[in-house]
Amino acid sequence: MKRLLALGAVVLTTAALAWAGSDDQPKAGGAPKPVITKAVKGEQCVEPTDTMRRDHMKFLDHHRDQAVIEGVRTKKYSLKECINCHASETTGSVAASKDDFCVSCHSYAAVKIDCFDCHSTKPQGSAAMHPLNAETAHYKHKLAAQAASKVSAEEMAGVAQ
Amino acid sequence: MSELNQMSNQAPASPERRRFVGVATAAAGLAIAPGVMLVEVAHGRPEDQAASSAVRWGMLVDATKCATGCNDCVTACSTENGWTPVAESAHPKQAPQWIRKLELQDPLTQMETNLPMMCQHCAEPPCVDVCPTGASFKRADGIVLVNRHTCIGCRYCMMACPYKARSLVHESLNDTQKPDVPRGIGCVESCTLCVQKVDRGDGNTACAEACTAAGHDALLFGDMNDPESEISKRLRELPTKQVRADLNLNLGVRYHGI
Repeated sequence: MKRLLALGAVVLTTAALAWAGSDDQPKAGGAPKPVITKAVKGEQCVEPTDTMRRDHMKFLDHHRDQAVIEGVRTKKYSLKECINCHASETTGSVAASKDDFCVSCHSYAAVKIDCFDCHSTKPQGSAAMHPLNAETAHYKHKLAAQAASKVSAEEMAGVAQ
Repeated sequence: MSELNQMSNQAPASPERRRFVGVATAAAGLAIAPGVMLVEVAHGRPEDQAASSAVRWGMLVDATKCATGCNDCVTACSTENGWTPVAESAHPKQAPQWIRKLELQDPLTQMETNLPMMCQHCAEPPCVDVCPTGASFKRADGIVLVNRHTCIGCRYCMMACPYKARSLVHESLNDTQKPDVPRGIGCVESCTLCVQKVDRGDGNTACAEACTAAGHDALLFGDMNDPESEISKRLRELPTKQVRADLNLNLGVRYHGI
């Protein structure tokens, strides 16, 4: 009986090892590293990257209290502006798929995001309808590529002017 | 007791002082240089400037012009603020209603009255009095809002409101919100007088714009503290009423023809 149990244990262990070995992720590396995509717009965030990684919630919390309670709606530190720059080009969102800007790091760090229970994860309008104002004018070649079927380049130039 | 007396003595003077401060600010704004404004008055508040109590946003509803069967203000509100209209809701009894149309009939004379009903933006809001977390608040410019970051969804404010103006979001909205109007499950909400538009400097609400576009002109939005504003002029001329004036809440929404 003992021999049979030992045999069973060996078989199970081997099976488990074989299953683990077949996995693509190396176990020693831990959870998959976050995918950090460069912002679609702009070169530099409102604060140095290290500061933003550590303290973005301090800036956001302070800004939100000022915006909601006092009506101070400055663009710097506004969540809407984060989304305007960081929304993914494929999903058009910061939190729709697992590789999108906010979700990617937050799932790695196992920190739940509550922002998007209430806030939209997408910039104003769809990517194709993104207003071609001065702030987004440098982004218009990408928009033109996305909206190729509907709007001609001349029309886009006209709107930009 | 002497303190109390002092306070009551000062109270009547405050509107005058406020008006003076308002005038002084406007003058300072104009004085810098021709064509250069330091302070943009009322409608175009700079984005880094807090809402000011020199302004009190309000609305005048002319029920004599409000058309039977017209729902344009409600539709415009739902489009601007991203809430699902009751007719399209899977749970109509739970559906949010930031603004709703009422049709009233006098049982004796059969006279019908139409009017939109929404948050009345009281100067002394009962919803703010009862809120246990301070989430329900009145902004300096008179707009009564819910801070969804502190709202726990207890719904005391819904019970306290004499106008049935508030509703709770019962279900997850699954990222259907407008970027300008965050709203979500477990929070109470109501008319914000289109605070996002006001802060942008549009100087009008979606419902009033829609009413004007439909040619009814029954809704007029403006600054009730500015004696020169259109709404103040009309309020001086027309006989208006506050709904449940007996509650002494000093409403920001006034009705003519009810």
